[in-house]
Formats: sequence, structure tokens, C-alpha cells
Amino acid sequence: MRSDKTLRSPLPLKIAAGAGLLFMHVPILLIFIYAFTTEDKTYQWPPPGYTLKWLGVTWNRPDVWEALNLSVRVAAISTLVALVLGTLCAAAVSRTRFFGREAISLIVILPIALPGIITGIALRSAFNIAEIPFSFWTIVLGHATFCVVVVYNNALARFRRTSASLIEASMDLGANGFQTFRYVILPNIGTALLAGGMLAFALSFDEVIVTTFTAGQQATLPIWMLEELVRPRQRPVTNVVAMVVFIVTFLPILAAYYLTRGGDQVAGHGK
Amino acid sequence: MAESPAITAPRDGVLGTVSDVLYRRPTLLLLLLLTPPLLWLGIIYLGSLFALLAQSFFSIDEFSGVIQYRLTLKTYGELLAPANLDIIVRTTLMAGSVTVAAAIVAFPIAYYAARYARGKWKALFYLGVMLPLWSSYLVKVYAWKLILAKEGILNWVFENLHLTWLLDAYLSIPVIGGNSLSVSYSGTFLVFLYVWLPFMVLPMQAALERVPVSYLEASADLGASPLQTFSKVLFPLAMPGVIAGSIFTFSLTLGDYIIPQIVGSSRLFIGQAVYSHQGTAGNIPLAAAFAVVPVIIMGFYLWMAKRQGAFDAL
Repeated sequence: MRSDKTLRSPLPLKIAAGAGLLFMHVPILLIFIYAFTTEDKTYQWPPPGYTLKWLGVTWNRPDVWEALNLSVRVAAISTLVALVLGTLCAAAVSRTRFFGREAISLIVILPIALPGIITGIALRSAFNIAEIPFSFWTIVLGHATFCVVVVYNNALARFRRTSASLIEASMDLGANGFQTFRYVILPNIGTALLAGGMLAFALSFDEVIVTTFTAGQQATLPIWMLEELVRPRQRPVTNVVAMVVFIVTFLPILAAYYLTRGGDQVAGHGK
Repeated sequence: MAESPAITAPRDGVLGTVSDVLYRRPTLLLLLLLTPPLLWLGIIYLGSLFALLAQSFFSIDEFSGVIQYRLTLKTYGELLAPANLDIIVRTTLMAGSVTVAAAIVAFPIAYYAARYARGKWKALFYLGVMLPLWSSYLVKVYAWKLILAKEGILNWVFENLHLTWLLDAYLSIPVIGGNSLSVSYSGTFLVFLYVWLPFMVLPMQAALERVPVSYLEASADLGASPLQTFSKVLFPLAMPGVIAGSIFTFSLTLGDYIIPQIVGSSRLFIGQAVYSHQGTAGNIPLAAAFAVVPVIIMGFYLWMAKRQGAFDAL
């Protein structure tokens, strides 16, 4: 590739690409504007005026806090489970070749490759058959299952770039397997795990399709929003919640991007 | 241990011994690594999937509404009833058109990012696609509810451009039109396109990055017009990316039940049918049979993609 050569792009391509990007971002921008509108009965555009009032109103809503609290707890525990399971799986698949290796990749990816409604209804009917009552833990069960894949992908990519000779060197120098894991492997895959964990958190935090099937009476923040979407009752509060949900998922994604950027500097790369 | 190798002494302590054993028996280590994730995914996930599949072979008694636990294909037969077949055809058509439209809209973005964007711009393009991809699904759908509302920004734009007649003319077209955009197939289509577009851009960009510029230059040197270069060189080479992206857009549209519920006409899509049959109707077998439909369609789709050699190039 001649990347040093200055390439001039044709104008129509520039316009089409720019329009495409605008199409992807303007709707999100609108969410931020609507959070400050003074109009509380309709979705009127342009907003008749701007106010910070709804931030305060939302702040004092116990149901929103409850939903937020539940979402954060579910996301945190699902992320932890996914971190453990995803890393184990990635370690096994990256280092060795064995019968059924491809099948394992498939099983890990399946929960996210199949439409969410299938995962959801399958879990729900399984809970019914096993007579497990819906609770906090049934939500976690569902979320952790589809979060494994993002941790797995991130960890696998990093494992493949980490040189095996580092591990051999550590063992040769007298470290046992656990010390090698603690002092050599973990520092190498740390940022990848952090990035995977953050993506898993974001994924779980705003998941709604599987959650509608695995939650009983409890409402996570997305479920709360879904009810508002179907039957709008308190538009201004929903506008603010939408903005908050966006920010809460946006920050981990940004962080994950910066953590996995420039992976070329990983130790042992290009031995 | 008596037979330990002469060069290194066994390690001390329990951890040392465990570590030695694992080092000498990689299969045991592999087994230990794989057992927890496989137990979780195998029992919870695959178990549930099989339970669902099994239920689709049961049937429901029309009079009592009780599920009969006898193997039968009757429930699958019900899928062929005109009303249900309608739902399947409608959903597949929607998934197909969303996929084609996503490929068209995604191409300029992916091509620009792959070929022309450098340095800071490249990062910006990447983030510009990653953020919408990962950001909250519901918030994105909500944004479109705001946009398509009667008093919302889209109608406002048309009004200020004095183009309301154009929108009305478009809405009066049968099938794709309706009373307003928010209750028409076009509205549903727009939201689907918006929500799944980033899933198409990223694999497309990855495929386009691998196309050497020299191929395009050679094509131009040999007298091909830009259009010919596109259709004979660039597009075939981008195809694996398009297919990879289409797997997402197609599959995600097939199974979605929230978007058509919030924006669209009241006619059902597969996801909604599954949802209503398992919920209010309590007809789990039919819901399960409906849920199997996207899996079969996706299986067929993947098989076709494989036959076209889409995976070899990835």
C-alpha cells in the first residue's frame, strides 16, 4: 500500500460518506437536545425552550434510581462471570489445537449470533421447565451468557499476539504456573480484559430483548425505557433517562477503544 | 517423585506441585480451562435451546389450551397457515431489503475510511462507526420515535422546505406508505437500517482495506471506466465483507420484535409473533416453532454464503 502518496478522494464519495456518518449520528444528537426541552406533552420540534428542570425531576424519581441500580448490579456481576469464562475459553483455544476447537468458538458466538428473542424465549421456557422462579439471578444468567463472547474475542486476539516464548522464559527462570500467570500473562492481557469487560458491561447495561424474557417483576433501566416507549407517560423523564443510558454505555466503549488501540506495543510481539 | 527429569528439580509446595503436574499434562490443563465455560454455555444455553426445539414438536389443545406432550408436526403445520406464512414472508422481505439498503449506504463510508482516511481521520471514522454500533439499542430506537413523530423534526424539515406534498405523495403509495411515516413499513425500514448499519460498515471496511490500490490502478490503466472498475474489481473483492455484514443485518432484522412494535404498522413480524404466542396466548409450542424459523432461514443463508466461498476469504 502506498500510504505516503496523497490520495484525493472524489467529491461524490466524500459527500456520500459524510452523509452516511451524519445519518448515524444526528439521531443521537437529538436525544441530547430533547433532554432539555420545555415541552412535556409532545415531541415538538424545534423545542419551544430549554430548561434544566427535568434533570432535577429525574434525579428525584425513586423508580428510575431503582432501575438504574438493578441494571448496574446485573451488568457488574454478568461482566465478572463473563470475564472468568471468556478468559478461560480464550486461553484454551489460543494455546492448543484439539478436537472440537471450532465447535467451542461457535458455542461462544452463538448466543449473540442468533436473534436475541431466541436466546430469550429458550431461557424462559427452560426456567419454566426447571421451575426456577424469575429473579435477579435469572437476569444475570442470561446476560452473562451473551457477554462471554466479547471478553473471549478481546482476550483471544491478545493471547494470539502474546509470544509463547515469554511464558516459556518465565517457567525456565523458575516461576511456577501460577506465578507465570500472575506476573507474565496477566500484565500482558490486562488491558484486553479491561476492554472486553467494559464492552461486556455496556452490552449488559442496555440489553432489553433477552431481559424481557428472563426478568420477573423487576425492571432494569432498558425495561423501564421500553415501557415508556410503548406507552409514553412521562416524556421529559424518558428523554433524560435516554441521555443517561447513552452516556453510561458511551464512556466504557470509548475507554475500551483507547485500551486496545496500538496493540503493536504488546510485549513479545514480532519476536 | 522418582521419575522426575534429572535437569530440573520438582518445584516446592502445593502450588509448585500442581503447576508441575499441569505443565506435564497439557490435556489436564486444557480440561480444567474448558470445563467451567463449557458447563455454563452447554447446560444453560444449549440446554435451553434444545428444550425450546423439543417444545416445538409438542402441540396445544385448541379447546382446553393445555400443552400436549406428544411428538407431532402439527405445530409446524400451523406455520403454513396463510396468516402465519404472511408473517414469515413479510419479515424475510424486510430483512432482505434492509440488508441491501445497508450495503448501499455503508459502501461509501467503508470505502472512504479504508482508502482515503488517514491518521486522525481514520480514527475518527472508526470511532464514528463503533460508537453507534455499541451505543444503546433502545436509545437509538427512541431517537427515531422523536424524529418520526407527527410534530417531530422530519415533518418540520419537509414543511420548511415546502416539500410536504412530496412526503404525502410518497405515503400514498400502497404497501410502503401509510398514514404517517411512524406507522408505515417505510418507518420500520428506516429504523432497522439505522440500527444495523454499523454492523455492515465494519466488515465491509475490513474487506476493502485488503484490496491493493494497484489492482484499481491496473484496472484503470487497462482502460476500464470507474464504473467498470467498481463492478468488475472492487465489488467482487468487497463481497466477503458484504456477506459477513449481511449475516448480521439479516439475522438481527429477522429476530427483532421491538422496532416493529414501536415504529410501524400493526402487522406482525416473526419476533412479535413469538412474543405474543409465548406471552398472552400461552401457546409455547407455536412460539417455539416460530422461533425455529429464523434459525432455519439463517442456516440456509449461511450455507449459501459458504457455497459462494464467502468464508474462505475472511
